[in-house]
Amino acid sequence: MFVNMKLLTHNMLTSHVKGVTKGYPLLIKATEVKVNEVDFNPQFVSRMIPKLEWSALVQAADELGHRQDLPVELVPEYEKNEEFLKKVHRVLLEVEVIEGCLRCPESGREFPISRGIPNMLLNDDEV
Amino acid sequence: MVSSRTYFESATNMATSTRQSCLKYLLHLAQDNLDFRLPEIKSLLALRGKPFHSSGNFQEKTPFWCLDGLSEEDVRGVMARSVCAKSAFELWGHGTTHSELKTSLLKYPTENMVCDAMSPFMRKDSTYRINVYTFNKTLEFEDRIKRIDSMDYLPFEGTVNLKSPQHIFCLLEDYGTDPNDIPEHPNYIYFGRWIADGQRELIRSHSVKNRHFIGNTSMDAGLSFIMANHAKVNKMTLSLTRSLLVACSHFRAYVCGTDIDYNTIHGRGRSSRKNKTWRGPDENIRANLRQYGTEDMYIDVMVSDASKHVWREAALFDAIITDPPYGIRESTRRTGSHKDVTKPQDAIYEESHVSVTQAYHLSDIFTDLLNFSAHHLCACCPLSRYCVEMVPLNPCLRIISNCEQTLSSHTSRRLITMEKIKNPEELDSLAYLADPRFSPYQGHNAFREKYFSGVNKRSGKEDNKAAVNGE
Repeated sequence: MFVNMKLLTHNMLTSHVKGVTKGYPLLIKATEVKVNEVDFNPQFVSRMIPKLEWSALVQAADELGHRQDLPVELVPEYEKNEEFLKKVHRVLLEVEVIEGCLRCPESGREFPISRGIPNMLLNDDEV
Repeated sequence: MVSSRTYFESATNMATSTRQSCLKYLLHLAQDNLDFRLPEIKSLLALRGKPFHSSGNFQEKTPFWCLDGLSEEDVRGVMARSVCAKSAFELWGHGTTHSELKTSLLKYPTENMVCDAMSPFMRKDSTYRINVYTFNKTLEFEDRIKRIDSMDYLPFEGTVNLKSPQHIFCLLEDYGTDPNDIPEHPNYIYFGRWIADGQRELIRSHSVKNRHFIGNTSMDAGLSFIMANHAKVNKMTLSLTRSLLVACSHFRAYVCGTDIDYNTIHGRGRSSRKNKTWRGPDENIRANLRQYGTEDMYIDVMVSDASKHVWREAALFDAIITDPPYGIRESTRRTGSHKDVTKPQDAIYEESHVSVTQAYHLSDIFTDLLNFSAHHLCACCPLSRYCVEMVPLNPCLRIISNCEQTLSSHTSRRLITMEKIKNPEELDSLAYLADPRFSPYQGHNAFREKYFSGVNKRSGKEDNKAAVNGE
Protein backbone atom coordinates (compact mmCIF):
# COMPACT_ATOMS: atom_id res chain seq x y z
CA MET A 1 0.00 0.00 0.00
CA PHE A 2 1.69 3.20 -1.15
CA VAL A 3 1.21 6.83 -0.43
CA ASN A 4 1.79 9.30 -3.23
CA MET A 5 2.85 12.89 -3.80
CA LYS A 6 0.28 15.18 -5.37
CA LEU A 7 0.94 18.08 -7.71
CA LEU A 8 -0.66 20.51 -5.25
CA THR A 9 2.21 19.76 -2.89
CA HIS A 10 4.74 20.03 -5.70
CA ASN A 11 3.35 23.47 -6.51
CA MET A 12 4.11 24.65 -2.98
CA LEU A 13 7.53 23.09 -2.46
CA THR A 14 10.78 24.85 -3.15
CA SER A 15 14.45 23.91 -2.84
CA HIS A 16 16.23 25.29 0.19
CA VAL A 17 19.78 24.16 -0.50
CA LYS A 18 22.30 26.67 0.87
CA GLY A 19 23.18 29.37 -1.63
CA VAL A 20 20.34 28.63 -4.04
CA THR A 21 18.42 31.76 -5.08
CA LYS A 22 16.01 30.28 -7.58
CA GLY A 23 14.97 26.88 -6.32
CA TYR A 24 11.50 26.94 -7.86
CA PRO A 25 9.81 25.09 -9.48
CA LEU A 26 11.35 21.74 -8.70
CA LEU A 27 11.66 19.45 -11.70
CA ILE A 28 9.87 16.13 -11.36
CA LYS A 29 11.62 12.98 -12.45
CA ALA A 30 8.96 10.32 -12.06
CA THR A 31 9.40 6.64 -12.59
CA GLU A 32 5.88 5.76 -11.48
CA VAL A 33 2.70 7.88 -11.77
CA LYS A 34 -0.84 6.98 -10.82
CA VAL A 35 -4.27 8.62 -11.04
CA ASN A 36 -6.28 8.20 -7.87
CA GLU A 37 -9.89 9.40 -7.83
CA VAL A 38 -10.81 11.93 -5.15
CA ASP A 39 -14.16 13.69 -4.43
CA PHE A 40 -14.57 16.86 -6.49
CA ASN A 41 -14.88 19.99 -4.31
CA PRO A 42 -15.32 22.94 -6.72
CA GLN A 43 -15.22 25.62 -3.99
CA PHE A 44 -11.92 24.35 -2.67
CA VAL A 45 -10.38 24.17 -6.14
CA SER A 46 -11.44 27.73 -7.04
CA ARG A 47 -10.12 28.92 -3.70
CA MET A 48 -6.74 27.27 -4.35
CA ILE A 49 -6.30 28.56 -7.91
CA PRO A 50 -5.18 32.11 -6.98
CA LYS A 51 -2.58 30.63 -4.61
CA LEU A 52 -1.04 28.43 -7.33
CA GLU A 53 1.92 29.16 -9.54
CA TRP A 54 -0.07 28.37 -12.66
CA SER A 55 2.84 27.92 -15.05
CA ALA A 56 4.56 25.53 -12.61
CA LEU A 57 1.40 23.42 -12.43
CA VAL A 58 1.05 23.22 -16.21
CA GLN A 59 4.74 22.36 -16.57
CA ALA A 60 4.54 19.63 -13.90
CA ALA A 61 1.42 18.08 -15.45
CA ASP A 62 3.15 18.16 -18.80
CA GLU A 63 6.27 16.44 -17.43
CA LEU A 64 4.14 13.63 -16.05
CA GLY A 65 2.19 13.27 -19.30
CA HIS A 66 -1.09 14.30 -17.69
CA ARG A 67 -1.49 17.84 -18.99
CA GLN A 68 -4.24 16.90 -21.45
CA ASP A 69 -5.71 20.25 -22.61
CA LEU A 70 -4.87 22.37 -19.58
CA PRO A 71 -4.37 25.92 -21.00
CA VAL A 72 -1.10 27.86 -20.64
CA GLU A 73 -3.01 30.84 -19.29
CA LEU A 74 -5.55 30.73 -16.51
CA VAL A 75 -9.06 31.13 -17.98
CA PRO A 76 -11.11 34.17 -16.87
CA GLU A 77 -14.08 33.59 -14.54
CA TYR A 78 -12.87 30.10 -13.72
CA GLU A 79 -15.10 29.98 -10.60
CA LYS A 80 -18.14 29.40 -12.82
CA ASN A 81 -16.44 27.07 -15.26
CA GLU A 82 -17.05 23.63 -13.82
CA GLU A 83 -15.39 21.79 -16.68
CA PHE A 84 -12.19 23.77 -16.16
CA LEU A 85 -12.31 23.30 -12.36
CA LYS A 86 -12.62 19.56 -12.90
CA LYS A 87 -9.45 19.56 -15.00
CA VAL A 88 -7.58 21.53 -12.33
CA HIS A 89 -8.98 19.21 -9.66
CA ARG A 90 -7.59 16.26 -11.57
CA VAL A 91 -4.03 17.54 -11.88
CA LEU A 92 -3.97 19.04 -8.37
CA LEU A 93 -5.40 16.20 -6.36
CA GLU A 94 -5.66 13.06 -8.47
CA VAL A 95 -2.38 12.70 -10.36
CA GLU A 96 0.18 11.22 -7.97
CA VAL A 97 3.88 10.48 -8.12
CA ILE A 98 4.80 7.20 -6.44
CA GLU A 99 8.50 6.83 -7.18
CA GLY A 100 10.90 9.40 -8.49
CA CYS A 101 12.60 12.54 -7.30
CA LEU A 102 12.35 16.32 -7.20
CA ARG A 103 15.31 18.15 -8.69
CA CYS A 104 16.44 21.62 -7.65
CA PRO A 105 16.61 23.66 -10.90
CA GLU A 106 19.71 25.58 -9.77
CA SER A 107 21.93 23.24 -7.78
CA GLY A 108 20.74 19.97 -9.28
CA ARG A 109 20.26 18.51 -5.80
CA GLU A 110 17.72 15.69 -5.96
CA PHE A 111 15.15 15.14 -3.25
CA PRO A 112 13.96 11.52 -3.42
CA ILE A 113 10.29 10.58 -3.41
CA SER A 114 10.04 7.13 -2.03
CA ARG A 115 6.75 5.30 -1.52
CA GLY A 116 5.12 8.65 -2.40
CA ILE A 117 6.76 10.61 0.39
CA PRO A 118 9.20 13.38 -0.55
CA ASN A 119 12.25 13.60 1.65
CA MET A 120 13.13 17.29 1.88
CA LEU A 121 15.84 16.90 4.52
CA LEU A 122 19.22 18.23 3.54
CA ASN A 123 22.45 16.58 4.44
CA ASP A 124 24.77 17.94 7.06
CA ASP A 125 26.99 19.81 4.61
CA GLU A 126 24.14 21.51 2.76
CA VAL A 127 22.47 23.53 5.50
CA MET B 1 -48.90 53.09 0.75
CA VAL B 2 -48.44 49.50 1.88
CA SER B 3 -51.09 47.17 0.57
CA SER B 4 -52.74 44.91 3.10
CA ARG B 5 -51.31 41.80 1.42
CA THR B 6 -47.71 42.99 1.62
CA TYR B 7 -48.33 44.06 5.16
CA PHE B 8 -49.59 40.59 6.02
CA GLU B 9 -46.57 38.92 4.42
CA SER B 10 -44.06 41.09 6.16
CA ALA B 11 -45.85 40.46 9.44
CA THR B 12 -45.52 36.71 8.91
CA ASN B 13 -41.85 37.03 8.01
CA MET B 14 -41.32 39.11 11.09
CA ALA B 15 -43.06 36.47 13.14
CA THR B 16 -40.73 33.75 11.86
CA SER B 17 -37.61 35.78 12.47
CA THR B 18 -38.89 36.87 15.88
CA ARG B 19 -39.47 33.23 16.74
CA GLN B 20 -35.90 32.49 15.78
CA SER B 21 -34.29 35.30 17.64
CA CYS B 22 -36.41 35.20 20.77
CA LEU B 23 -35.93 31.49 21.38
CA LYS B 24 -33.24 30.56 23.82
CA TYR B 25 -31.10 27.49 23.52
CA LEU B 26 -29.55 25.57 26.38
CA LEU B 27 -26.20 23.87 25.95
CA HIS B 28 -25.20 21.09 28.29
CA LEU B 29 -21.40 20.91 28.37
CA ALA B 30 -19.03 18.22 29.49
CA GLN B 31 -17.33 19.15 32.74
CA ASP B 32 -13.75 18.57 31.61
CA ASN B 33 -11.27 20.78 29.74
CA LEU B 34 -13.22 23.76 31.12
CA ASP B 35 -10.92 26.34 29.56
CA PHE B 36 -11.35 24.93 26.07
CA ARG B 37 -15.15 25.09 25.94
CA LEU B 38 -15.93 28.75 25.36
CA PRO B 39 -13.37 29.20 22.54
CA GLU B 40 -14.70 26.03 20.89
CA ILE B 41 -18.33 27.15 20.92
CA LYS B 42 -17.33 30.66 19.82
CA SER B 43 -15.27 29.28 16.91
CA LEU B 44 -18.07 26.99 15.77
CA LEU B 45 -20.54 29.88 15.89
CA ALA B 46 -18.07 32.05 13.99
CA LEU B 47 -17.95 29.39 11.25
CA ARG B 48 -21.68 30.05 10.82
CA GLY B 49 -21.19 33.81 11.01
CA LYS B 50 -22.95 34.06 14.37
CA PRO B 51 -21.73 35.86 17.49
CA PHE B 52 -21.80 34.27 20.93
CA HIS B 53 -24.58 35.83 23.04
CA SER B 54 -25.21 34.36 26.43
CA SER B 55 -28.43 35.18 28.16
CA GLY B 56 -28.83 36.13 31.78
CA ASN B 57 -26.19 35.44 34.36
CA PHE B 58 -23.48 33.63 32.37
CA GLN B 59 -21.01 31.52 34.32
CA GLU B 60 -18.36 29.88 32.18
CA LYS B 61 -17.47 27.08 34.58
CA THR B 62 -21.01 25.68 34.96
CA PRO B 63 -22.27 22.80 32.80
CA PHE B 64 -25.27 24.74 31.47
CA TRP B 65 -25.13 27.77 29.18
CA CYS B 66 -28.11 29.68 27.75
CA LEU B 67 -27.57 31.17 24.31
CA ASP B 68 -29.49 33.92 22.55
CA GLY B 69 -29.92 35.04 18.98
CA LEU B 70 -29.51 31.68 17.23
CA SER B 71 -31.67 29.54 14.98
CA GLU B 72 -32.20 25.83 15.48
CA GLU B 73 -30.08 25.26 12.40
CA ASP B 74 -27.17 27.16 13.99
CA VAL B 75 -27.44 25.02 17.10
CA ARG B 76 -27.51 21.83 15.03
CA GLY B 77 -24.45 23.06 13.10
CA VAL B 78 -22.52 23.66 16.32
CA MET B 79 -23.53 20.30 17.77
CA ALA B 80 -22.46 18.50 14.60
CA ARG B 81 -18.87 19.43 15.49
CA SER B 82 -18.62 20.23 19.18
CA VAL B 83 -16.61 17.88 21.35
CA CYS B 84 -17.12 20.02 24.49
CA ALA B 85 -20.93 20.12 24.35
CA LYS B 86 -22.97 17.04 25.24
CA SER B 87 -26.46 18.09 24.15
CA ALA B 88 -28.50 21.10 23.11
CA PHE B 89 -32.09 21.97 23.96
CA GLU B 90 -34.65 24.56 22.96
CA LEU B 91 -35.16 26.12 26.38
CA TRP B 92 -38.87 26.25 27.30
CA GLY B 93 -38.58 27.29 30.91
CA HIS B 94 -36.19 27.69 33.81
CA GLY B 95 -36.05 28.81 37.40
CA THR B 96 -34.44 28.32 40.79
CA THR B 97 -37.37 26.20 42.09
CA HIS B 98 -39.96 23.92 40.51
CA SER B 99 -42.68 26.51 41.04
CA GLU B 100 -40.58 29.16 39.32
CA LEU B 101 -40.05 26.69 36.48
CA LYS B 102 -43.81 26.17 36.26
CA THR B 103 -44.49 29.91 36.05
CA SER B 104 -41.78 30.27 33.41
CA LEU B 105 -43.10 27.30 31.40
CA LEU B 106 -46.69 28.44 31.49
CA LYS B 107 -45.62 31.86 30.32
CA TYR B 108 -43.47 30.47 27.52
CA PRO B 109 -45.87 30.28 24.56
CA THR B 110 -47.38 33.66 25.31
CA GLU B 111 -44.08 35.28 26.10
CA ASN B 112 -43.28 35.08 22.41
CA MET B 113 -46.67 36.54 21.54
CA VAL B 114 -46.31 35.95 17.85
CA CYS B 115 -46.55 32.20 17.74
CA ASP B 116 -47.16 29.16 19.79
CA ALA B 117 -43.76 27.62 20.35
CA MET B 118 -44.90 24.52 22.25
CA SER B 119 -47.96 23.00 20.65
CA PRO B 120 -46.40 21.73 17.39
CA PHE B 121 -44.45 19.27 19.56
CA MET B 122 -47.36 18.22 21.77
CA ARG B 123 -49.95 17.20 19.17
CA LYS B 124 -52.17 14.17 19.62
CA ASP B 125 -50.62 12.22 16.75
CA SER B 126 -47.06 12.64 18.07
CA THR B 127 -44.97 10.45 20.36
CA TYR B 128 -42.68 11.76 23.08
CA ARG B 129 -40.52 10.98 26.05
CA ILE B 130 -39.36 13.05 29.02
CA ASN B 131 -35.87 12.56 30.46
CA VAL B 132 -34.71 13.72 33.85
CA TYR B 133 -31.06 14.68 34.09
CA THR B 134 -29.36 15.74 37.29
CA PHE B 135 -25.89 17.20 37.50
CA ASN B 136 -23.84 16.42 40.64
CA LYS B 137 -26.57 14.27 42.20
CA THR B 138 -28.15 10.89 41.50
CA LEU B 139 -31.91 10.59 41.84
CA GLU B 140 -33.78 7.40 42.72
CA PHE B 141 -36.01 6.02 39.98
CA GLU B 142 -39.20 6.88 41.94
CA ASP B 143 -38.01 10.47 42.37
CA ARG B 144 -37.49 10.78 38.63
CA ILE B 145 -41.03 9.54 37.98
CA LYS B 146 -42.33 11.99 40.57
CA ARG B 147 -40.54 14.85 38.82
CA ILE B 148 -42.14 13.89 35.51
CA ASP B 149 -45.60 13.41 37.03
CA SER B 150 -45.43 16.81 38.68
CA MET B 151 -45.17 18.43 35.27
CA ASP B 152 -48.74 17.44 34.35
CA TYR B 153 -49.56 21.12 33.97
CA LEU B 154 -47.99 20.97 30.51
CA PRO B 155 -50.58 20.05 27.87
CA PHE B 156 -48.91 16.98 26.37
CA GLU B 157 -51.47 15.31 24.12
CA GLY B 158 -49.28 12.76 22.34
CA THR B 159 -48.45 9.22 23.34
CA VAL B 160 -45.47 8.28 25.45
CA ASN B 161 -42.91 6.19 23.57
CA LEU B 162 -39.73 5.41 25.44
CA LYS B 163 -37.91 3.62 22.65
CA SER B 164 -38.19 5.84 19.59
CA PRO B 165 -40.20 8.98 20.28
CA GLN B 166 -40.54 11.80 17.77
CA HIS B 167 -39.81 14.41 20.41
CA ILE B 168 -37.64 14.19 23.49
CA PHE B 169 -37.99 16.63 26.36
CA CYS B 170 -35.64 17.00 29.24
CA LEU B 171 -35.82 18.28 32.78
CA LEU B 172 -32.33 19.27 33.90
CA GLU B 173 -31.42 19.98 37.49
CA ASP B 174 -28.15 21.61 38.43
CA TYR B 175 -26.84 20.78 41.91
CA GLY B 176 -23.67 22.86 41.63
CA THR B 177 -20.16 21.69 40.90
CA ASP B 178 -18.88 20.71 44.36
CA PRO B 179 -19.21 16.92 44.88
CA ASN B 180 -18.48 17.37 48.60
CA ASP B 181 -21.29 19.81 49.14
CA ILE B 182 -24.38 18.60 47.31
CA PRO B 183 -27.42 20.71 48.18
CA GLU B 184 -30.81 19.19 49.07
CA HIS B 185 -32.58 21.14 46.33
CA PRO B 186 -31.19 22.01 42.92
CA ASN B 187 -29.59 25.43 42.42
CA TYR B 188 -31.25 25.78 39.07
CA ILE B 189 -33.76 23.88 36.91
CA TYR B 190 -34.26 23.89 33.16
CA PHE B 191 -36.84 22.31 30.89
CA GLY B 192 -36.51 22.09 27.14
CA ARG B 193 -36.93 20.19 23.94
CA TRP B 194 -33.91 18.11 22.95
CA ILE B 195 -32.40 19.16 19.63
CA ALA B 196 -29.10 17.40 19.12
CA ASP B 197 -26.19 15.72 20.83
CA GLY B 198 -22.58 16.83 20.46
CA GLN B 199 -19.72 14.72 19.19
CA ARG B 200 -18.43 13.22 22.46
CA GLU B 201 -18.62 9.85 20.72
CA LEU B 202 -15.60 10.85 18.62
CA ILE B 203 -13.40 10.61 21.70
CA ARG B 204 -14.13 6.89 21.89
CA SER B 205 -14.37 6.08 18.20
CA HIS B 206 -11.13 7.92 17.38
CA SER B 207 -9.25 6.86 20.47
CA VAL B 208 -5.53 6.57 19.86
CA LYS B 209 -5.82 2.99 21.10
CA ASN B 210 -7.85 1.97 18.05
CA ARG B 211 -5.71 3.76 15.48
CA HIS B 212 -3.97 1.79 12.85
CA PHE B 213 -0.82 3.85 13.24
CA ILE B 214 0.42 5.98 16.11
CA GLY B 215 3.55 8.02 16.49
CA ASN B 216 5.40 8.82 19.67
CA THR B 217 3.43 11.97 20.38
CA SER B 218 -0.01 11.15 18.96
CA MET B 219 -2.44 13.45 20.67
CA ASP B 220 -5.45 12.53 22.75
CA ALA B 221 -8.49 12.30 20.43
CA GLY B 222 -10.71 14.71 22.37
CA LEU B 223 -8.11 17.45 22.49
CA SER B 224 -7.21 17.07 18.84
CA PHE B 225 -10.84 17.57 17.76
CA ILE B 226 -11.09 20.57 20.08
CA MET B 227 -7.97 22.00 18.46
CA ALA B 228 -9.33 21.48 14.97
CA ASN B 229 -12.51 23.27 16.08
CA HIS B 230 -10.55 26.18 17.57
CA ALA B 231 -8.79 26.48 14.22
CA LYS B 232 -12.17 26.55 12.42
CA VAL B 233 -11.14 24.09 9.72
CA ASN B 234 -13.77 23.07 7.17
CA LYS B 235 -14.01 21.81 3.60
CA MET B 236 -12.47 25.04 2.28
CA THR B 237 -9.37 24.68 4.39
CA LEU B 238 -5.89 23.62 3.34
CA SER B 239 -4.23 22.88 6.64
CA LEU B 240 -0.65 22.20 7.56
CA THR B 241 -0.49 20.08 10.62
CA ARG B 242 1.76 17.92 12.67
CA SER B 243 0.06 15.01 14.46
CA LEU B 244 -3.52 16.27 13.90
CA LEU B 245 -4.29 14.98 10.43
CA VAL B 246 -7.04 12.65 11.57
CA ALA B 247 -8.99 15.32 13.44
CA CYS B 248 -8.66 17.93 10.68
CA SER B 249 -9.65 15.54 7.93
CA HIS B 250 -12.67 14.46 9.96
CA PHE B 251 -14.00 18.00 9.56
CA ARG B 252 -13.29 17.73 5.83
CA ALA B 253 -10.19 19.92 5.79
CA TYR B 254 -7.42 19.02 3.36
CA VAL B 255 -4.30 18.07 5.26
CA CYS B 256 -0.55 18.30 4.70
CA GLY B 257 1.84 16.99 7.29
CA THR B 258 5.54 17.06 7.94
CA ASP B 259 7.87 15.44 10.39
CA ILE B 260 11.62 15.40 10.77
CA ASP B 261 11.66 11.68 11.54
CA TYR B 262 11.91 9.48 8.44
CA ASN B 263 10.72 6.43 10.35
CA THR B 264 7.62 8.12 11.77
CA ILE B 265 6.51 9.41 8.39
CA HIS B 266 7.13 6.13 6.65
CA GLY B 267 5.67 4.13 9.51
CA ARG B 268 8.80 2.10 9.97
CA GLY B 269 10.89 1.13 12.89
CA ARG B 270 9.90 0.43 16.43
CA SER B 271 6.26 0.72 17.34
CA SER B 272 5.13 3.40 19.80
CA ARG B 273 2.67 0.93 21.28
CA LYS B 274 3.16 -0.93 24.49
CA ASN B 275 3.89 -4.66 24.14
CA LYS B 276 4.60 -4.36 20.45
CA THR B 277 8.07 -4.15 19.03
CA TRP B 278 7.93 -3.34 15.32
CA ARG B 279 5.46 -1.48 13.17
CA GLY B 280 3.58 -3.48 10.56
CA PRO B 281 4.05 -2.90 6.81
CA ASP B 282 0.86 -0.84 6.42
CA GLU B 283 1.18 1.35 9.50
CA ASN B 284 1.32 4.89 8.19
CA ILE B 285 -0.60 8.14 8.33
CA ARG B 286 -2.59 7.63 5.17
CA ALA B 287 -3.78 4.27 6.48
CA ASN B 288 -5.22 6.12 9.50
CA LEU B 289 -7.26 8.40 7.28
CA ARG B 290 -8.38 5.38 5.28
CA GLN B 291 -9.46 3.74 8.52
CA TYR B 292 -11.74 6.70 9.27
CA GLY B 293 -12.93 7.18 5.69
CA THR B 294 -11.29 10.55 5.12
CA GLU B 295 -8.56 9.56 2.68
CA ASP B 296 -9.90 12.05 0.12
CA MET B 297 -8.72 14.87 2.37
CA TYR B 298 -5.14 13.62 2.37
CA ILE B 299 -2.80 15.83 0.39
CA ASP B 300 0.70 14.75 1.39
CA VAL B 301 3.09 14.14 4.18
CA MET B 302 6.82 14.59 3.86
CA VAL B 303 10.06 14.26 5.71
CA SER B 304 11.26 17.77 6.37
CA ASP B 305 12.71 19.99 9.01
CA ALA B 306 10.15 22.51 10.23
CA SER B 307 12.91 25.05 10.82
CA LYS B 308 13.89 25.09 7.11
CA HIS B 309 12.05 26.77 4.27
CA VAL B 310 10.70 24.03 2.07
CA TRP B 311 7.54 25.97 1.14
CA ARG B 312 7.33 28.59 -1.57
CA GLU B 313 7.24 32.11 -0.12
CA ALA B 314 3.48 32.78 -0.25
CA ALA B 315 0.38 32.64 1.90
CA LEU B 316 -0.49 29.03 1.12
CA PHE B 317 -2.28 27.62 4.14
CA ASP B 318 -5.67 28.37 5.65
CA ALA B 319 -4.76 26.87 8.98
CA ILE B 320 -1.63 25.70 10.76
CA ILE B 321 -2.31 23.32 13.60
CA THR B 322 0.52 21.81 15.52
CA ASP B 323 1.65 20.31 18.77
CA PRO B 324 5.36 21.02 18.88
CA PRO B 325 7.59 18.70 20.90
CA TYR B 326 8.68 20.01 24.29
CA GLY B 327 11.45 17.48 24.73
CA ILE B 328 9.56 15.09 26.98
CA ARG B 329 8.34 12.23 24.85
CA GLU B 330 10.12 13.42 21.75
CA SER B 331 13.31 15.45 21.73
CA THR B 332 13.46 18.92 20.21
CA ARG B 333 15.73 18.64 17.19
CA ARG B 334 16.57 20.22 13.92
CA THR B 335 19.01 19.24 11.23
CA GLY B 336 22.50 20.64 11.24
CA SER B 337 25.72 20.06 13.02
CA HIS B 338 28.04 22.18 15.11
CA LYS B 339 31.01 20.40 13.59
CA ASP B 340 32.45 21.36 10.25
CA VAL B 341 31.28 18.61 8.02
CA THR B 342 33.11 17.98 4.83
CA LYS B 343 31.42 15.69 2.44
CA PRO B 344 33.69 12.87 1.38
CA GLN B 345 34.26 12.82 -2.35
CA ASP B 346 31.55 11.07 -4.32
CA ALA B 347 29.74 10.13 -1.15
CA ILE B 348 26.23 8.96 -1.83
CA TYR B 349 23.74 9.32 0.93
CA GLU B 350 21.22 6.57 1.22
CA GLU B 351 17.63 7.55 0.71
CA SER B 352 16.87 6.80 4.35
CA HIS B 353 20.03 8.55 5.54
CA VAL B 354 19.42 10.13 8.91
CA SER B 355 20.89 13.58 9.06
CA VAL B 356 22.82 14.77 12.05
CA THR B 357 20.53 16.71 14.29
CA GLN B 358 21.32 19.34 16.84
CA ALA B 359 19.54 20.68 19.87
CA TYR B 360 16.72 23.08 19.12
CA HIS B 361 15.84 25.55 21.84
CA LEU B 362 12.20 25.55 22.82
CA SER B 363 11.95 29.33 22.55
CA ASP B 364 13.41 29.13 19.03
CA ILE B 365 10.78 26.57 18.04
CA PHE B 366 8.02 28.97 19.05
CA THR B 367 9.65 31.94 17.37
CA ASP B 368 10.24 30.03 14.15
CA LEU B 369 6.71 28.72 14.16
CA LEU B 370 5.24 32.20 14.57
CA ASN B 371 7.44 33.63 11.83
CA PHE B 372 6.55 30.73 9.57
CA SER B 373 2.85 31.30 10.23
CA ALA B 374 3.16 35.02 9.62
CA HIS B 375 4.55 34.22 6.16
CA HIS B 376 2.54 31.21 5.08
CA LEU B 377 -0.93 31.73 6.51
CA CYS B 378 -3.63 33.43 4.49
CA ALA B 379 -4.97 36.61 6.05
CA CYS B 380 -7.42 36.10 8.92
CA CYS B 381 -6.50 32.44 9.15
CA PRO B 382 -5.80 30.73 12.41
CA LEU B 383 -2.74 29.13 13.90
CA SER B 384 -3.61 26.76 16.67
CA ARG B 385 -0.99 25.01 18.67
CA TYR B 386 0.15 23.92 22.06
CA CYS B 387 2.98 25.56 23.82
CA VAL B 388 4.24 25.33 27.32
CA GLU B 389 3.44 27.93 29.91
CA MET B 390 4.40 31.16 28.22
CA VAL B 391 2.65 32.85 25.36
CA PRO B 392 4.97 33.91 22.56
CA LEU B 393 3.96 36.93 20.53
CA ASN B 394 4.33 38.11 16.97
CA PRO B 395 3.17 41.47 15.60
CA CYS B 396 1.45 39.77 12.63
CA LEU B 397 -0.64 37.44 14.76
CA ARG B 398 -3.43 38.25 17.17
CA ILE B 399 -4.33 35.91 20.02
CA ILE B 400 -7.93 34.68 19.84
CA SER B 401 -7.88 32.26 22.72
CA ASN B 402 -5.47 30.98 25.30
CA CYS B 403 -6.50 27.89 27.27
CA GLU B 404 -4.49 26.28 30.00
CA GLN B 405 -4.24 22.54 30.54
CA THR B 406 -2.52 21.49 33.74
CA LEU B 407 0.03 18.73 33.26
CA SER B 408 1.29 18.42 36.82
CA SER B 409 1.45 20.49 39.98
CA HIS B 410 4.18 22.71 38.57
CA THR B 411 3.81 22.56 34.79
CA SER B 412 1.04 23.22 32.32
CA ARG B 413 0.67 23.68 28.62
CA ARG B 414 -1.52 26.08 26.73
CA LEU B 415 -3.55 25.80 23.59
CA ILE B 416 -3.08 29.12 21.85
CA THR B 417 -5.12 30.06 18.84
CA MET B 418 -3.99 33.07 16.84
CA GLU B 419 -5.16 34.79 13.72
CA LYS B 420 -3.02 36.48 11.10
CA ILE B 421 -3.82 40.18 10.96
CA LYS B 422 -1.19 41.54 8.59
CA ASN B 423 1.65 40.56 6.32
CA PRO B 424 5.09 40.47 7.90
CA GLU B 425 7.56 43.30 7.47
CA GLU B 426 11.29 42.99 7.86
CA LEU B 427 11.52 44.15 11.48
CA ASP B 428 8.68 41.93 12.68
CA SER B 429 10.75 38.79 12.87
CA LEU B 430 13.02 40.37 15.47
CA ALA B 431 10.26 41.72 17.68
CA TYR B 432 10.34 38.74 20.02
CA LEU B 433 13.87 39.60 21.14
CA ALA B 434 12.47 42.44 23.20
CA ASP B 435 10.24 40.02 25.07
CA PRO B 436 11.78 39.09 28.44
CA ARG B 437 9.58 36.00 28.73
CA PHE B 438 11.72 34.21 26.21
CA SER B 439 14.79 33.89 28.38
CA PRO B 440 13.51 31.06 30.66
CA TYR B 441 13.20 28.74 27.65
CA GLN B 442 16.59 29.37 26.15
CA GLY B 443 18.07 26.07 27.27
CA HIS B 444 16.93 23.40 24.86
CA ASN B 445 15.93 21.04 27.64
CA ALA B 446 14.61 23.78 29.93
CA PHE B 447 11.03 22.55 29.95
CA ARG B 448 12.06 18.94 30.26
CA GLU B 449 14.16 19.78 33.29
CA LYS B 450 11.32 21.66 34.89
CA TYR B 451 8.84 18.90 34.04
CA PHE B 452 10.93 16.26 35.72
CA SER B 453 12.13 18.43 38.60
CA GLY B 454 9.00 17.64 40.63
CA VAL B 455 9.50 13.92 40.08
CA ASN B 456 13.12 14.20 41.13
CA LYS B 457 12.22 16.18 44.22
CA ARG B 458 9.68 13.56 45.24
CA SER B 459 11.99 10.62 44.64
CA GLY B 460 14.70 12.57 46.45
CA LYS B 461 12.42 12.87 49.47
CA GLU B 462 11.65 9.18 49.36
CA ASP B 463 15.34 8.42 49.26
CA ASN B 464 15.85 10.57 52.34
CA LYS B 465 12.99 8.82 54.12
CA ALA B 466 14.48 5.46 53.25
CA ALA B 467 17.80 6.66 54.57
CA VAL B 468 16.17 7.77 57.85
CA ASN B 469 14.18 4.56 58.24
CA GLY B 470 17.02 2.36 57.22
CA GLU B 471 19.56 1.37 59.78
